[in-house]
Amino acid sequence: MLKIENLHAEVDGKQILNGLSLEVGAGEVHAIMGPNGAGKSTLAYVLGGRPGYEITQGTVEFLGQDMLELEPHERAAAGLFLGFQYPVEIPGVSNVQFLREALNAQRKARGEEPFSGGEFLKVAKEKAGLLKLDMEMLKRPVNVGFSGGEKKRAEMVQMGILDPRLAVLDETDSGLDIDALRVVGEGINTIMRAPDKAVLLITHYQRLLDVVQPDFVHVLARGRIVKSGGPELAHQLEEEGYEAVAA
Amino acid sequence: MNELATLPTTRDENWRYADPTWLASADLAELNDWREITVPAGETVCEILSVEPGAERLRVNVGQGGRFELFAINAAGPYARAEAVVTLKEGAHFEFGGVTIGGGKNRQEFVTRTVHSAPGASSNQVVRSVQWGQAVGNFLGRIEVVKDAQKTDAAQNFRAILLEKGASANAKPELEIFADDVKCAHGAAIGALDDTAGFYMASRGLPPEVARKLLIHAFVADAFEAIQDEDLRGEMLAKALNVLDEEAV
Repeated sequence: MLKIENLHAEVDGKQILNGLSLEVGAGEVHAIMGPNGAGKSTLAYVLGGRPGYEITQGTVEFLGQDMLELEPHERAAAGLFLGFQYPVEIPGVSNVQFLREALNAQRKARGEEPFSGGEFLKVAKEKAGLLKLDMEMLKRPVNVGFSGGEKKRAEMVQMGILDPRLAVLDETDSGLDIDALRVVGEGINTIMRAPDKAVLLITHYQRLLDVVQPDFVHVLARGRIVKSGGPELAHQLEEEGYEAVAA
Repeated sequence: MNELATLPTTRDENWRYADPTWLASADLAELNDWREITVPAGETVCEILSVEPGAERLRVNVGQGGRFELFAINAAGPYARAEAVVTLKEGAHFEFGGVTIGGGKNRQEFVTRTVHSAPGASSNQVVRSVQWGQAVGNFLGRIEVVKDAQKTDAAQNFRAILLEKGASANAKPELEIFADDVKCAHGAAIGALDDTAGFYMASRGLPPEVARKLLIHAFVADAFEAIQDEDLRGEMLAKALNVLDEEAV
């Protein structure tokens, strides 16, 4: 589904990704762990196509397409979802309005019929229920006045509504208490655990991986994958630290 | 009061951001021809304005406990100015929502002078500017609180979004307060559209032009939030955004 080869990227002239290669197949959940400054968020932003992140070398193929050729909104329509570590506030634009426009823009790009207001609300209610987020919150402006935990749950509601093929989740577990972590983790499982979908989970901690159990774990350090393994690698990291494992 | 003996120039504070070329050939008698509005005590008058090229000047007296509402779109050019001098009696209220929106070399401005002449009056002014090309959006808002006008509550907020390099905006809040028990708030901010929000919206599948329109819609909506009539509010918003569709790059 996703094939990254020898990816080099820089921000403000500083090289952050340094020959990263990674392959994610359909039906798989991959976790990427690594120390601060390793390039984890940069990887997420590069995949999302954020302006200011310059790719100097390498390729990214997503569902058979050259992803680096696509604009950010085209990547979304192709089935990519990027979960933000710090979801952005958009004053004056309600979640409902934002997500309906976004969903219908994606559907239009794929040549599908737009959702009516009623159809959209039905889906939105279902996904909000899944993440235990009050429907009233979805009527409020995007992320404005939301607590850290509410923002992360709202991200997952967005993911549920947009129904992507691949979710790249950048520290979706940060800022969550234990209960919210379980709700978010189970939400990810319900929405994304399917034979035709995949997840790339960027995280610092084992605790989310207890709920969303990865098939593969990778250690990202100095801008590339330095070690890959099964779920046991995450436990080893937790016990021994990055330095010992990634050295 | 307010009568001009000679044509003003941009050296006059009140006209400092005006178009000098337009001013030089303006008609003095026309400039001195204020439209008078009287709001009787306890009543409400709502004025909806589509600003025309040139200068439009309103002089409004609001009686005790009365309410004057002014909602305006300034999308005209090359120079378009709407000016209001509003005098508030005891417990009266002035509500102003204004939008300047345009490109080219348009110079669009709102100028208000709000006189809190008695205790307990309130005013709330929200102006939003969206400019591109080499256009200029201005808000000059003067608030006067006389000596006896205790418990005055005045608020003024101006924000501008410049869509392109070359566009500009000027804010000139001016407070003259002679009473001691008053609340006067003012704020002004000029900036570009939020890139971070733009990328966030794109990452959800919104094409840049749709994202931009949603952001500008939300931005402009602030100015018309106080319009009670939902249909009218929608119409005003649509009218302002229409300028963006028709003219913006």
